[in-house]
Amino acid sequence: MVAQLVRLKLTLLANTFRRSVWQTIGLVVGSLYGLGVLVLVVAAAIVGGTADPALTGHVVTVAGALVVLAWWVVPVFAFGVDATLDPRRFVTFAIPRRTLLAGLALAGLVSIPAAVTTLGALGVSLAWWRQPAALLAALVGGVLATALCLVGSRAATTALAPLLDSRRYREVVAIAAVVPLVLVGPAFGWLADGVEVAAGGSDADALGAAVATLAQVVGWTPLGAPWALASAVHDGAWALLVARLAISLGTLALAWVVWDRALARELVTPHGGGSSSAAAKGLGWFGRLPATPLGAVAARTATYWVRDPRYAASIAMVPLLPLVLLAVGMTNGAGGGLLLVMAPLAAWLLGFGISNDVGYDNTAFALHVATGTPGRVDRWGRVLPVLAGGAPLCVAFALVGCAVAGRWDALPALLGLTAGTLGASLGISSAVSARLVYPVPKPGESPFKSPQGATMATMVAQMATMGITLAVSLPTLALALTAILLPQAALGWAALGVGLVTGVLVLLLGVRWGARTYDRRLPELLQQVMAFG
Amino acid sequence: MSDQTGPPPATPAPVPPPDLAAALSLRGLWKRFGQKIAVAGVDLDVPTGSFFGLVGPNGAGKTTSLSMATGLLRPDFGTVHVHGTDLWAQPERAKAELGVLPDGVRLFDRLTGAQLLTYAGLLRGLDRDTVAERTEDLLQAMDLVGDRDTFVVDYSAGMTKKIGLASAMIHAPRVLVLDEPFEAVDPVSAANIRDILHGYVDDGGTVVVSSHVMDLVQRMCSHVAIIAGGHVLAAGTVSDVRGEQSLEDRFVDLVGGRRESEGLAWLRSSSASS
Repeated sequence: MVAQLVRLKLTLLANTFRRSVWQTIGLVVGSLYGLGVLVLVVAAAIVGGTADPALTGHVVTVAGALVVLAWWVVPVFAFGVDATLDPRRFVTFAIPRRTLLAGLALAGLVSIPAAVTTLGALGVSLAWWRQPAALLAALVGGVLATALCLVGSRAATTALAPLLDSRRYREVVAIAAVVPLVLVGPAFGWLADGVEVAAGGSDADALGAAVATLAQVVGWTPLGAPWALASAVHDGAWALLVARLAISLGTLALAWVVWDRALARELVTPHGGGSSSAAAKGLGWFGRLPATPLGAVAARTATYWVRDPRYAASIAMVPLLPLVLLAVGMTNGAGGGLLLVMAPLAAWLLGFGISNDVGYDNTAFALHVATGTPGRVDRWGRVLPVLAGGAPLCVAFALVGCAVAGRWDALPALLGLTAGTLGASLGISSAVSARLVYPVPKPGESPFKSPQGATMATMVAQMATMGITLAVSLPTLALALTAILLPQAALGWAALGVGLVTGVLVLLLGVRWGARTYDRRLPELLQQVMAFG
Repeated sequence: MSDQTGPPPATPAPVPPPDLAAALSLRGLWKRFGQKIAVAGVDLDVPTGSFFGLVGPNGAGKTTSLSMATGLLRPDFGTVHVHGTDLWAQPERAKAELGVLPDGVRLFDRLTGAQLLTYAGLLRGLDRDTVAERTEDLLQAMDLVGDRDTFVVDYSAGMTKKIGLASAMIHAPRVLVLDEPFEAVDPVSAANIRDILHGYVDDGGTVVVSSHVMDLVQRMCSHVAIIAGGHVLAAGTVSDVRGEQSLEDRFVDLVGGRRESEGLAWLRSSSASS
């Protein structure tokens, strides 16, 4: 049974090659990239291990801990977990849960990120090639670390999925997930302190000492323990070795149990929970906005931003921005100055939110096609609510940022940058989303589930949106940064002007181009989302 | 869709020009998905004021044909005329005359029933008062008044079908194209919907429904077309098409595929052998 699941995953992976040329190219490029990074890392580890095994061991511990952390946190946050083998699909097959779990865990190894992690974890063990005992410990640690990555990420997403479905807990979870990120700040601050304390010696020594202290702490956490096994063997600290092994195995067992329990619950809970069967009185936005097709699309968009967890999850980040930036700024010494970034960042996030609107509609988009809704109406209807809600929010963020940072002189530049970013990201999103559609969680699914076989299409579309947005914002960005950092008041006003012009112009042109593309390929757009199933 | 994509007649009979008086006139529609030819030259005239049934086995090309006839899918070849307007040349004008209930697509289900109907009405360019009035009437007719403020995502399959049907009718189109409208709908609601559709046809509207329930089509429709393997095998009034037989027998004769086999012997004894 376990072998069958692994084979199924392999077949699915092979089938993605057959589905479209672009996906194949994407997969090949992704594999080559992963392989390149892998070779570099392993080579660095071997060279480092030959010169200074102790220091290399510490670096591996810290870097490895970050990898594990990324495996645990990133899927909850951003990309979702690879749902190629969705456990719910096996519900009717009466597979014992123990077998299913083992199969899913092993099948999880069959993916590019997992393969790179596995090879990387085993490869860096070669740093200890001069000491067979340490090498053995490192290999065991590598296997444990990979297992921790896979099982931990499954446990986190499966356990949190039901919470993420219901709106009340979603904000709480989002905040909880921010905590590890916030902790990165103090870690860096502490690292910097370590460097300063040891500043008497040469820079390399100081850095080495700081890494050593950091590695000692990280080695005690579940994230770093498996990576630090070899270091313990190297130091001959057998008690430490046993302790770290115990931490690794304990965490792995705990994650396994959590995943097992969560899966057991998910398998008996009907799909797409959170149907609080709540009702909304009256027509909501439909009663308030003008009774035109444009007003209707805007009302629908506004309703969805609030009611659809997939949109709400993407804007849940916006109110958290000040908190995160403040925490990071406080701990690393940048202070409130970092809050200046808040307004443009929020503007970009809001604009990016509509970059795959048709994908979010899924086949419900057929209504727009059947009614022959023109592109101009569709595009503006999606932009206007974000603009109406986002512009005041961004201005408020800019004002708060300036106040906290004590930099009122930066306000014109900041406002210009924010306006430029908001307009540019909305305009580019409108244009790109009429051309590139990629699969997202379907309506009613967990916003943190990533649909299968689409990683590359998603990345291409998102990179295109981000890249073009950045490119058109570059003049504003350059002016605003110079104005704020120098500081240079005249440049600030110039940034305001350039930003406003860029924002308005890109918005108008982007929407116009998007509308034209939409009108030309309306049925094709629908077929694209139909193909997502 | 089907592997039964036999070639079109060797010397194609001259295809008459599109019937501009017909509610819906399809000429030479072709659609290929990769290697599979889903629709291979469909010609069909749906007379104005008819209650037209489209029947065929699974994968015959019904949904593909209806999608191309309503502007949801661009045909590889062929034309579609809606009351004389070329759909693929003037989509806005033609789509305004059509009400469409596609099969297997989602609705904007985070809206309530009333909101969804309002949305459909406003997208069609109706004014606020008309939309409000018709929303009430449709909710009443579909027996959904009690669920007007419930999100469509919480509707049952039958209720979802009914609200989709209602949003297809809100702008009083001249032609209604309904793909599997009675699937999952309870008998009482189905009877109510049939009454509504009959009334609509009596007032000069045209209804096209696809179904694989022959009995229903025989009782309900005035005209019928049998589609299989991407071709129209027979079309005309129900009495013309079925002749002396029942529609179901005629259908099986035309489409074939009945097996007189002992198949799946193990299934019958499953309780005894286990």
